[in-house]
Amino acid sequence: MSTLLDVENLWVKFPSRQGVFDAVRGVSFTLGRERLGIVGESGSGKSMTGRAILRLIRAPGIVEADHISLEGVDLLKMSEKEMRAVRGQRISMVMQDPKFSLNPVMTIGDQIMEAYRLHSRASKREAFAKSIEMLEAVSIRDPFRVMRAYPHEMSGGMGQRIMIAMMLIPNPEILIADEPTSALDVSVQRQVLDIMDKLVKERGMGLIFISHDLNLVADFCDRVLIMYAGRIVEVCEADRLHEAKHPYTRGLLNSLPRLDAPRDRLEVLERDPAWAEAPSVSGRI
Amino acid sequence: MKMLEVKALNVWFGAGRDRVDAVKGANFTVEEGESFGLVGESGSGKSTILRAISGLAPQWSGGINVNGMSLGRRRPNAFYKTVQMVFQDPYASLHPRHSVDQVLGETLYLHGFRDIDARVVRLLDDVGLGQKFRFRYPHQLSGGQRQRVAIARALAPEPKLLLLDEPTSALDVSVQAEVLNLLADLRADHGLTYLMVSHDLSVVSHVCDRLAVMKDGEIVEVMDVAALRQMRATHPYSQQLLQASI
Repeated sequence: MSTLLDVENLWVKFPSRQGVFDAVRGVSFTLGRERLGIVGESGSGKSMTGRAILRLIRAPGIVEADHISLEGVDLLKMSEKEMRAVRGQRISMVMQDPKFSLNPVMTIGDQIMEAYRLHSRASKREAFAKSIEMLEAVSIRDPFRVMRAYPHEMSGGMGQRIMIAMMLIPNPEILIADEPTSALDVSVQRQVLDIMDKLVKERGMGLIFISHDLNLVADFCDRVLIMYAGRIVEVCEADRLHEAKHPYTRGLLNSLPRLDAPRDRLEVLERDPAWAEAPSVSGRI
Repeated sequence: MKMLEVKALNVWFGAGRDRVDAVKGANFTVEEGESFGLVGESGSGKSTILRAISGLAPQWSGGINVNGMSLGRRRPNAFYKTVQMVFQDPYASLHPRHSVDQVLGETLYLHGFRDIDARVVRLLDDVGLGQKFRFRYPHQLSGGQRQRVAIARALAPEPKLLLLDEPTSALDVSVQAEVLNLLADLRADHGLTYLMVSHDLSVVSHVCDRLAVMKDGEIVEVMDVAALRQMRATHPYSQQLLQASI
């Protein structure tokens, strides 16, 4: 399997009044043409890892790594101008919250068309047709009404699907999806995952899928990195996630309510300070 | 006794070619002390029913009875003492520049309580936060702690019916477990009735006794959780939803 992305010893630091806070601490992994899941709770550094790859962390935040290579070229050594050609076109990112990622004073149609026309010299008519096609691809029922609408008129799930449509239009090589389906319900979730799955299989796209939903990741991804307090505590094949050994992974799995096994009380995760101290496990192949 | 009765409820937004019928002819009842769930995909109108009940969606027709009161355009003060709502996003539903003490104190004052100090202390204990959180601001709290404050605020007027709009979907699974346990304890201690909206069938099956499945603004099936656990859904859409959740 060819390696698209190679991350070695990544640190993300934020200086604060109480000293330097390490959000990500020495994470290494590789991404081939596969679906790589990153799971963990909020604050475990999974989103920061995604953002650091695209160099979206601004000062005073500090990103340090031995290298972050996109097909052999180190992203950390690129100029801001070269980075702009990478973002969107080669590596695209779907952010967590559609409410903050869509422009509130622009219609959905104008935003999608803008995203398309920035990356390709298409006419307005072509852009409109392509936008309708993409909205239908993410199973939006009434695309013509949605094109005229503003983001506040959309539900969370629709907003998220619009974001995904927007990110997939420029045909990126790597898609970083940060909780792309956590605002969606199960039936739509499946459809969105199928769209992403098709892109990975047909066009050999690499996918980094950041999520807190263990069952979803186990079901959808090929490989899973489990993060806790900025480190990778466990790496496993997705279909073996339920055999995971680390107590943190086990705790997360046990805290989920289950349809087939009713319980009066759910198990609450007991944290062990030693988990945060243990060195990071490498996610390289 | 019936705590909530919804009869032939229609809710719509906008007018003309942009009119959207969000809820069409919804019927259901919730008994006192029961926990009732509404499930369905986004845009199916499940949150809109809660908003119509609480008075946040002004364009509706049909009948809503809460604890024997029939609701019209204007809600009496007694209504707000009976019904309270907990919103999905704890980050958006708390005022960023009000401390926990102000949030709870103001709510209590507006509902006519004068022994505010003792009640704030009790509310914080009820939701398992304790006194050290009393003078904190929302940015000093984690997501789960904020949702606990939002629940405490909803409990302040001593309501009978709590409307829960996806109370845990913005939280981590480990924190979700804590909040769901808290909701179960509060229902037992205060004899509350819940109407809960969620897109997660396993969460609904954990919290609720009965549930309604919604699609495109209509209730397609009402069933109890035992039937759900045995995968005995009759409507094809509910079956599809069940299949997708396994």
